[in-house]
Amino acid sequence: MIDRDEVLHVARLARLALSEEEIAPMARELSAVLDHIAKIGELSLENVAPTSHVVELSGALRPDEPRPCLPREVALAQAPAVGGDGFLVPSPQA
Amino acid sequence: MSREILELSAAQAIGAIEARELGAEELFDFYRERAQRDAAANGEGLNCFTWVADESTGSDEPGMAVARPLAGVPLAVKDLFCTRDVPSQSGSRILEGYLPPYTATAVERLASAGAPLLAKTNQDEFAMGSSTENSAFGPTLNPWDRTRVPGGSSGGSAAAVAAGLAPWALGTDTGGSIRQPASLCGIVGLKPTYGSVSRYGMIAFASSLDQAGPLTRDVTDAALLLGQMVGRDACDATSLEFPESIATPSAERLDGVRLGVPRELRGDGSDVGIEPGVREAFERTLVLAEELGATLVEIELPHAPHALSAYYVLAPSEASSNLARFDGVRYGLRAADATDLLDMYTRTRRDGFGPEVKRRIMLGTYALSSGYYDAYYASAQRVRTKIAEDFRTAYEQVDLIATPTAPGVAFGLGEKTADPWAMYLSDYFTVPMSLAGIPAISIPCGLSTDHAGAGPGGAGLPVGLQIAGPAFSENRLLDVAHALERALGFDGSRARA
Repeated sequence: MIDRDEVLHVARLARLALSEEEIAPMARELSAVLDHIAKIGELSLENVAPTSHVVELSGALRPDEPRPCLPREVALAQAPAVGGDGFLVPSPQA
Repeated sequence: MSREILELSAAQAIGAIEARELGAEELFDFYRERAQRDAAANGEGLNCFTWVADESTGSDEPGMAVARPLAGVPLAVKDLFCTRDVPSQSGSRILEGYLPPYTATAVERLASAGAPLLAKTNQDEFAMGSSTENSAFGPTLNPWDRTRVPGGSSGGSAAAVAAGLAPWALGTDTGGSIRQPASLCGIVGLKPTYGSVSRYGMIAFASSLDQAGPLTRDVTDAALLLGQMVGRDACDATSLEFPESIATPSAERLDGVRLGVPRELRGDGSDVGIEPGVREAFERTLVLAEELGATLVEIELPHAPHALSAYYVLAPSEASSNLARFDGVRYGLRAADATDLLDMYTRTRRDGFGPEVKRRIMLGTYALSSGYYDAYYASAQRVRTKIAEDFRTAYEQVDLIATPTAPGVAFGLGEKTADPWAMYLSDYFTVPMSLAGIPAISIPCGLSTDHAGAGPGGAGLPVGLQIAGPAFSENRLLDVAHALERALGFDGSRARA
C-alpha cells in the first residue's frame, strides 16, 4: 500500500508536481496496480538471467567521422525561451 | 467513381495507378478531402487526425511516384513519428505544436518508396493506453459504432483505415498498440520482430519494446508496407538487417502448418474474462484453419499469465526514464512564472502530462527507486526471460501460435477509464509476444453479436485473431494470415461510409 508520503517522495524523484486533488487518487491507483504486479513475487526466479533487451548488443561501434549536425538556429527554433546562443532557463537557485 | 476508389485496397490502387486507370494525384486528393472533412467535422467526425496535408504539402511530384514501388498511395502516420515541420505531438499537451527538425526513418523510407504523408493520426498520449481516450486532442471514435473506442494506442490510425479515411497507416506497438486497435476496428495490424524497423524519430515510450508496423485493410497491403520499412538503420543501434525480403503473400492452403493454441491464452481459467462472441469467432477460425490443412496443437506458455504484470513494471520503468526529456527546456510546453529551475521542471510536467502518463511515470519511478529495484524491475526482467523461453520451447513443436487478439470487442467510451487495470487487461493476449520481441499479426475473423444492436445495422462488432511466430518469421505469418483471410471473407466495407 502506497501512502501519501511515498507518493510525494516518488513525485519529487520524477520531477513531477502533483496538485492536492491528484495525491489521494494516485496513491489508490498505484496501490491497486502494484497489487496485481506483486503476483510475480510468487514465481521462483532464482538462477534466471534477467532480459533487459531481446536484441543482443555488444558495444555498437562505428568509425569516428565528422558529420554535420543541426544548425544552431534549427536546434533553438522550438525552444520556449532562447538567450544568446543557447536555451534560456530560470536560475537553479531563486 | 468515388465509391470505386474507396473500395480499392492499397495494392489494387497501386495496380490501377500503374495501369494508368487512376492518377496518383487523383488518389491523393480523394483521401486528402476525406481526411480533411473528418478533421473539420469537429464533434461530428471520428477525430482520427491531428494534422492533414493541404494541397501545397501534398504528394510532391505525384507523377514521379508512379515509378516507385508504392506508386503514390498516401499514408497516414501516428502522431508520435517525427515529421519535419509537421506537428508531431504524441497526443500530448507537453508537445502541442511541436515541429521536429527531422523525419523518422520509417516515414522517410515509405515516402521514398512512394507513400507520401497524408495525415498524422490521433493516439493515446505517448502511446500509453488501449482506447485513444488518453489523448490531449480528445478521443477517436470507432467507425463501426461511434459510441465505442477504436482501441489504442494507435486508435487514430486504425479508425482512419477502417473508415476509409486513409488507404493505409503506420502505427507503433509496445504491448499491443497496433494489434488491439486493428482488432477493435476490423482491420489488419502487424507488429514486426523487434529491431526489424528503425525506431529513429519515434517519440519513445519503452525503448526495448517499441516497434513500428503497418495498419491496413488486408494482409497483402500489410506485406507491401512492411517490405519498404524493414532494414538496418545507422541511426538506431538496435535495428537489424531483415534476413530476407518480404514477399507478397499468396498462400491459399495451410497444409503442413502446425498451429499452436496456448492453453493459458484460450480464455479458460485465466484471470481475464473473454467475451463469448470473441471465443466463438476464435474457435470457428481454428476449425477453418484445420479445414485448410493446418494441424492444431495444444501448447503451454506457463509464464504468459504473468506477462502483464512484468510488462507494467518494465514499460513504465523505461517510460519514466524516456520521458525525463520533457522538462520545458528545449521544446514544447514551459510553465510560466517559475520561481527557479526545479519549479519550472515540476510544474511544466504537471501541466503538460495527462493522468495516465503521470501514473506510469510514477509507477516506473517507484519500481526503479532505491529499495524496490530488485522486487520489481529485476524480477520483471527475469519473468521476461521465462516468457521468451516459453515461446522458444513452443516453437520446437509448432510453427505459429494463435490466440484471440483482445479479450473483447470495442468497448464503450468511458467504460474502462476509471479502473486502470481493467484497461490494461485489453492487452492480455498481446503483451507476451512484445516481451519476447517476436512478430504477431491481427486479422479480423468475424463479428460478435454479444452487444445487442451494436455495429452497422446491429450486425455486430469485429473480432481479431492474433497469429504469432518466431523472430523474423514475417513471411510465414503473412502467408498463413493471407490463406485465413481468403477463407474467412471478412467484409470491412460496412465501416466505410
